[in-house]
Amino acid sequence: MLAKRIIPCLDVTGGRVVKGVNFVALRDAGDPVEIAARYNEQGADELTFLDITATSDGRDLILPIIEAVASQVFIPLTVGGGVRTVEDVRRLLNAGADKVSFNSAAIANPQVVRDAAGKYGSQCIVVAIDAKRRSAEDAQRPGPDGQPIGPGWDVYSHGGRKNVGLDAVAWARQMAAYGAGEILLTSMDRDGTQAGFDLELTRAVSDAVPVPVIASGGVGTLDHLVDGIRLGGADAVLAASIFHYGAYTIAQAKEHLARAGIPVRRSTA
Amino acid sequence: MNTLLPRETVAVVDYGMGNLRSVAQAVMHAALATDHVDVVVTDNPQVVRDAHRVVLPGQGAMPDCMAELERSGLRAAVLHAAANKPLFGVCVGMQMLLDHSEEGDTPGLGLIGGRVVRFRLEGQQQPDGSRYKVPQMGWNRVWYGFEHGAAEHAAPHPLWAGIPDGSYFYFVHSYHAHPADPAHVAAVTDYGVRFASAIARDNLFATQFHPEKSADQGLALYRNFLHWNP
Repeated sequence: MLAKRIIPCLDVTGGRVVKGVNFVALRDAGDPVEIAARYNEQGADELTFLDITATSDGRDLILPIIEAVASQVFIPLTVGGGVRTVEDVRRLLNAGADKVSFNSAAIANPQVVRDAAGKYGSQCIVVAIDAKRRSAEDAQRPGPDGQPIGPGWDVYSHGGRKNVGLDAVAWARQMAAYGAGEILLTSMDRDGTQAGFDLELTRAVSDAVPVPVIASGGVGTLDHLVDGIRLGGADAVLAASIFHYGAYTIAQAKEHLARAGIPVRRSTA
Repeated sequence: MNTLLPRETVAVVDYGMGNLRSVAQAVMHAALATDHVDVVVTDNPQVVRDAHRVVLPGQGAMPDCMAELERSGLRAAVLHAAANKPLFGVCVGMQMLLDHSEEGDTPGLGLIGGRVVRFRLEGQQQPDGSRYKVPQMGWNRVWYGFEHGAAEHAAPHPLWAGIPDGSYFYFVHSYHAHPADPAHVAAVTDYGVRFASAIARDNLFATQFHPEKSADQGLALYRNFLHWNP
């Protein structure tokens, strides 16, 4: 059967892979090809590159990185961060990306997801959703039926700074209907806490959409990965810090999942 | 002893459906240092005719792929290759080898008897209780051994040399091939149904999965293709 995937996420800015120390200070994490090759050797199932460049001026610098990695590392590559147009998708795919991830631009203009999926196929269009549990106050706002929307999760844009007033589960369903081939779901409540995925959120979205869901945000232990798949129903788990800081290798994570009875791809089949 | 080996050209057929660089780069990467191989991505029918080996990729929808193959003027060159030299189809490049696809009710090239059908998995659960999702996206096991019913003949296809039975390869697809003759099944994979994840006949070999995205085992498969003399 299909293996559950482990996906390390690499942050890119100014043409380099960086990593935050305590999520603030960025330092150079080394050569992107070397890092990608190391994760590949450890058995990573895919790699996600997140362009954290603040300005569009620096954005094109990710293209040579993707080109360099794609010429040496032969596993699927996803690129996200600041993707706005169908033309952005074309340029990233031409650079060697296999999937491109929309976030804020999909909220501002949902049609771009439909257009991109129509042109390049759903298999290469990911929609990233940053979701946060609704406050008691927000739960009072009217839902689609005019009644208070009630508890749930809201979608945030612009790196999690702006509540756009969309229900995360409904939004995931809409994006899948528009042609997103995969949902990358990040819990903003859990991101950076190492307290584990928001399993209720993951389960709610996974049950709502017919496409694969990648759980993200909050991984601190290998048991969290198991929970995200087993309890959250995720098809893949994405993590950054536990791998970057050397707490665990991907091979150890795979070993742990396999011991829990979850099908994973091992380098030696 | 110093013998001069002839250079071989591998043509990756570019009929306008997607970026083929990763295919070309993986084939190039798969060549050994001692191999004399030039890999070219080409939309020129004559280059395809002159090549020693041909890779036929394909991504997106089958009706679009068939229409573009026709429009680009490469269809005859691909048929020429299929009749004359080793040809490796990938993903929709595999599906196009069959008679017909139910995706858009599209006729294929008819090089291998059979049809392409959609996964019908709605509402079904995987062994672990999670729902099947379509497209199948991710790594699944590929079985070429006789004991798994992959083929009626006991010997695995030579392209599997050195690759353990049951290795994981990377899939992205909603449709799968259903060859009419079980002897043309070169490997099977289970996803709700047992389907043909690789097919072969004479000088033709094709996979539903993407060797260029399947790490070391994918490169090994391309390496075997470069050394295959059917």
